[in-house]
Amino acid sequence: MGMTMTQKILANGSGQKSVTAGQFINCSLDLVLGNDITTPVAIKEFEKMNLSGVFDKSKVAIVPDHFTPNRDIDSAQQCKLIRDFAHGKEVENYFEIGEVGIEHALLPEKGLVVAGDVVIGADSHTCTYGALGAFSTGIGSTDMAAGMATGKCWFKVPSAIQFNLTGKFSKYVSGKDLILHIIGMIGVDGALYKSMEFSGEGVANLTMDDRFTIANMAIEAGAKNGIFPVDDKTLEYIKDHSEREPKVFAADDDAEYDQVININLAEVPLTVAKPHLPENTEAVDKMEKVMVDQVVIGSCTNGRISDLKAAADILRGKKVKKGVRTIIFPGTQKIYLEAMEKGYFKDMIEAGCVVSAPTCGPCLGGHMGVLAAGEVAVSTTNRNFVGRMGHVDSKVYLASPAVAAASAIAGYITTPDKV
Amino acid sequence: MKLEGKVFKYGDHIDTDVIIPAQYLTTADPKELAKNCMSDIDKAFAKEVKEGDIIVGGINFGCGSSREHAPLAIKGSGVSCVIAKSFARIFFRNAINIGLPILECDEAVNDAEKGDIIVVDTDNGIITNKTKNKEYTTQPFPEFLVNIINSGGLINSIRKG
Ligand code: SF4
Repeated sequence: MGMTMTQKILANGSGQKSVTAGQFINCSLDLVLGNDITTPVAIKEFEKMNLSGVFDKSKVAIVPDHFTPNRDIDSAQQCKLIRDFAHGKEVENYFEIGEVGIEHALLPEKGLVVAGDVVIGADSHTCTYGALGAFSTGIGSTDMAAGMATGKCWFKVPSAIQFNLTGKFSKYVSGKDLILHIIGMIGVDGALYKSMEFSGEGVANLTMDDRFTIANMAIEAGAKNGIFPVDDKTLEYIKDHSEREPKVFAADDDAEYDQVININLAEVPLTVAKPHLPENTEAVDKMEKVMVDQVVIGSCTNGRISDLKAAADILRGKKVKKGVRTIIFPGTQKIYLEAMEKGYFKDMIEAGCVVSAPTCGPCLGGHMGVLAAGEVAVSTTNRNFVGRMGHVDSKVYLASPAVAAASAIAGYITTPDKV
Repeated sequence: MKLEGKVFKYGDHIDTDVIIPAQYLTTADPKELAKNCMSDIDKAFAKEVKEGDIIVGGINFGCGSSREHAPLAIKGSGVSCVIAKSFARIFFRNAINIGLPILECDEAVNDAEKGDIIVVDTDNGIITNKTKNKEYTTQPFPEFLVNIINSGGLINSIRKG
């Protein structure tokens, strides 16, 4: 029986000819990631093992991005703990303020992940790197500790759902609309334990940034990972960002899937997810009028350069509705600089937006834009759980950068062609 | 490893907030956590549970947050094993990593009732419901996962290895 793309990578990583769904394997890791929330717990576990160092100084990445620049004394202490650990263990990929960005935007940009890699991260959105044709998944702090110690992680080999894409998006529709549309279709546990494998001629019509956004939200469907085939665009991206050689794996022709879902990209509407689950989706033009207090554009889902361009293109020469707080938070320093050089920030600031540092900040209700009771936000982030961005009585609508920008101008959730 | 105990049976989507409510997360001590384990849906659990007992759940057991406190609370209660139709992904990992055996078996779950006596042979993946006189087979854990569980968790197994 043939293997899926994910199974091929896992077979390679565990040194076996083939693996089958449900089998348990022990896999070598190409990268172990942690952030300022999960790494302190992992360090505690790591220290129980009395080891002199991590398995490979070049294969551990520690990214203080959630509460940085330090929000308060507690977060400053946590960051100090991981900084001291990173320096003490000579972890090569520790990123300090001035070079740090949101982990899942930063790692691909720094060339730390290439196709064929096996990556674990103590953060559920580690699945983002599937866009590069890598196997990457979120794990707990104990797994991170063990990964740093041994360079290995155990996995249960997943089965897969295949998403066969055809056609091209219509105007303003993006990867965010597609992944919201899919989660609306299969539900928040629709891909539990499974891989979401994207394929078909439509993949060529997705930009790398679209693919990052889509793979990022695989976890919102319960998936273990989301993965894209490696094509010319992937190889070009990897060549531009990394010195490392990609290892290209493709699903076998006779690979078995639990389900095959066909999607014509041309039929995907501009989509939002209403409170309080990513599966509560609706086409924007079918929605009732929802007034917004805050608009947030950024995050590991939609804080990349094409996301900022999409928003700037709509905001240029216009003003955000008076009273709508519009916060832009780019993914990384590099994206920040490019957006500045291309004039996107000028467009946004002139329209009445504020531009913040690269940080997770408002996405998890951490800082830099927390919501009060009764407030409504439209956000390009990935979760709209109860209280996710602040008060338990606040509400979050998930949307694409284009819809978020249009909604900032209108003061209510709307499509870009209406503003 | 052979495990034997009486069944505590619950339904589908038992989430980590039910297993150990967030208000009790100020400790990571399994015995302390155990005092409030399952309290939101089964007040009697913490009092009635005995060393070796077995929790049986439906689909998506352990969904919700990735807190390792959830399997720790169950383990701290003395529970020897959880059998469910399916587990949420990160709960599954966390359970194994802290040395709590878990098994998936639809039929065993369907047939089990509160108070049944179940024997689990983790090495061979055999579940026996003594009360109902029925036997079920699941995929046994491979050796290295058995080693993790038998060592008392992932970190201990690495220390020993
Ligand atoms: S931006 Fe949000 S979802 Fe992404 S890593 Fe940060 S907190 Fe998590």
